[in-house]
Amino acid sequence: MSARDEILRRVRSALSGVSPAEDLPPAPRVPDRGDLVALFVERVEDYRAVVTRCAVADREAAVAEALAGASVVVPPGLDLDVPGSVVDDRLTADELDRIDAVVTRARVGIAETGTIVLDHQPDQGRRAISLVPDLHVCIVDVSQVVPDIPDAIALLDPARPTTWISGPSATSDIELDRVEGVHGPRKLHVVLVG
Amino acid sequence: MSGTFVGMPAFPTAAREALGDTQLRRNLAHATHTIRDKRAAVVAEVEDWEDLRLAGAAVKEAALRDLATHLETLEESLTRAGATVHWARDAEEACAIVAEVARSHGVDEVVKVKSMATGEIGLNEALEAEGILAWETDLAELIVQLGDDLPSHILVPAIHRNRAEVREIFRRRMGDVGRPAPDDLTDEPAVLAGAAREHLREKFLRAKVAVSGANFAVADTGTLVVVESEGNGRMCLTLPEVLVSVVGIEKVVATWSDLDPMLRLLPRSSTGERMNPYTSTWSGVTPGDGPQEVHVVLLDNGRTRALADDVGRQALRCIRCSACLNVCPVYERVGGHAYGSVYPGPIGAILNPLLNGVADEQTASLPYASSLCGACFEVCPVRIDIPSVLVDQRAAVVDSHRGDRVPKAEAVAMKTAAWAFSDSRRLAWAEKASGLAGRVLGRFSRTTLPGGRTAAGRLPGPAAGWTGARDLPAPPTESFREWWDRTDGGRT
Repeated sequence: MSARDEILRRVRSALSGVSPAEDLPPAPRVPDRGDLVALFVERVEDYRAVVTRCAVADREAAVAEALAGASVVVPPGLDLDVPGSVVDDRLTADELDRIDAVVTRARVGIAETGTIVLDHQPDQGRRAISLVPDLHVCIVDVSQVVPDIPDAIALLDPARPTTWISGPSATSDIELDRVEGVHGPRKLHVVLVG
Repeated sequence: MSGTFVGMPAFPTAAREALGDTQLRRNLAHATHTIRDKRAAVVAEVEDWEDLRLAGAAVKEAALRDLATHLETLEESLTRAGATVHWARDAEEACAIVAEVARSHGVDEVVKVKSMATGEIGLNEALEAEGILAWETDLAELIVQLGDDLPSHILVPAIHRNRAEVREIFRRRMGDVGRPAPDDLTDEPAVLAGAAREHLREKFLRAKVAVSGANFAVADTGTLVVVESEGNGRMCLTLPEVLVSVVGIEKVVATWSDLDPMLRLLPRSSTGERMNPYTSTWSGVTPGDGPQEVHVVLLDNGRTRALADDVGRQALRCIRCSACLNVCPVYERVGGHAYGSVYPGPIGAILNPLLNGVADEQTASLPYASSLCGACFEVCPVRIDIPSVLVDQRAAVVDSHRGDRVPKAEAVAMKTAAWAFSDSRRLAWAEKASGLAGRVLGRFSRTTLPGGRTAAGRLPGPAAGWTGARDLPAPPTESFREWWDRTDGGRT
């Protein structure tokens, strides 16, 4: 008997006489927390990420300020002009490692947890480009901010890869003391537009 | 290979040694109290935490109760998404599959995302035997690997090490396996994390094959989920050409929306954060993005044994958050090594016997490694009633000795008691003897308990283990029945 058939047989035999579960109780919703965007900013900043809020017309300037002259890669579908940027065209990991920063869009922002989610469409690019450079500048429209995790899950397409980002990379592995800056970008700068 | 470390002594022996290590106890007390407070603060933020726990427990329970269907659905969706699905009955089969994938690409090293399942099956050792080096990339796993150590915590395997010890390990060992630690390495956690970043980056950039586990596997979409903090997971899941994920069959949830309660419960219970820094989800192969060859190994290794246990089945709901370790008064004092497994603490004390059975002495000692205080159940995000399972596993240990040719002293004592209690004349005789013992002890004992009763000191023989840490009150000189006869039920 193949391992597959053997395991499925063991599962069925282990569960013989066990009734399937009844309907799942619904997960509770978060109560209305008022100003979503203010909450989003507070929670993102809580992870020691930087948040800049600006009007649509000032996006380029806000991004330029966040970059402060760093070398930068952008995804091919970015709807924004970043002077001096390299457009990702299957750059190798080594090439990405020599670039300081990346500018991407996001798919959704979660207020309750201060999380931004990328689903790696053309305005966000391949997963590697928002990972290897040390500074991630991420543009989020205020209209993209949703209250909590279930709202984000409902918006996302599981067929696409997704990356949920809550602050810069961090670890608590030494004495459970949180420090920022391990393998992912050590700096996260969110430009919140609108 | 079983889930427990080879050659570990039973829990009481290992615990006695751990309790003598004052440095270890200081490190553990500091770490467990820090994380306990953080968890309590972020859990208190959620008004309906209890409803969320109920929802999380229900998602996992429903998936387990219809596991065969979900596994078949998962296999279909993964295959449709371009992944190759393998099935492994046990550790040996799983390790052989991973080694074969690595060999087929001619590599002599793989990078690894922290994964409990690969620790459980001893993958690193198995790969090493095939001439393939497995680099751990999680900071705590790196500390354990460089220090030739064993993991002692589910979330933070190096929790038993303090910053000064980590600095020493990095200075001594990093140079042997790659980029050495910088000369000016201090014991600041941020500096140590920086050294790990530099050390591992070259390994990430050149790795061809990565190995991961998964926190969740979504059946209807074929999506795997890895929850992490450092970005080492993203590195392994994104940069290499080939990805092999070893996934326990109990990691399945039915639908994408079932991730909702889980992703709200796990970070708050685990690292005490509203959300962990990085969560990655992927479904098979994404053309032009990430690994273009994706393998998923569905692992049994005792899980179907646990699934067949009506009381113990709930342990398979576990999402490896480690909240039960952090609140456990036993774990806090003895640490993780005494449990002899990658799964220590309260959850380990039930999971190891459920996965492996209680035939060996070390595993059979685990259900007793608890005061049954219930703190673990209270914090468990998926409401595993660990104390009830512990008691049930103790019964399993006793049952496993029923056929012994030389019965245990406890079994003899219980048999004798049953014999005495089942006949009123025998009971009266036993009461007389016990009253006599009470009078003797009352005369000679030097210990007086609150309330005035005297107590026996340390008894000789098999009872010494029990009385070594407890006072045995002297039996009353008159039994209830004697008192009833003498006073006509208190009327005279």
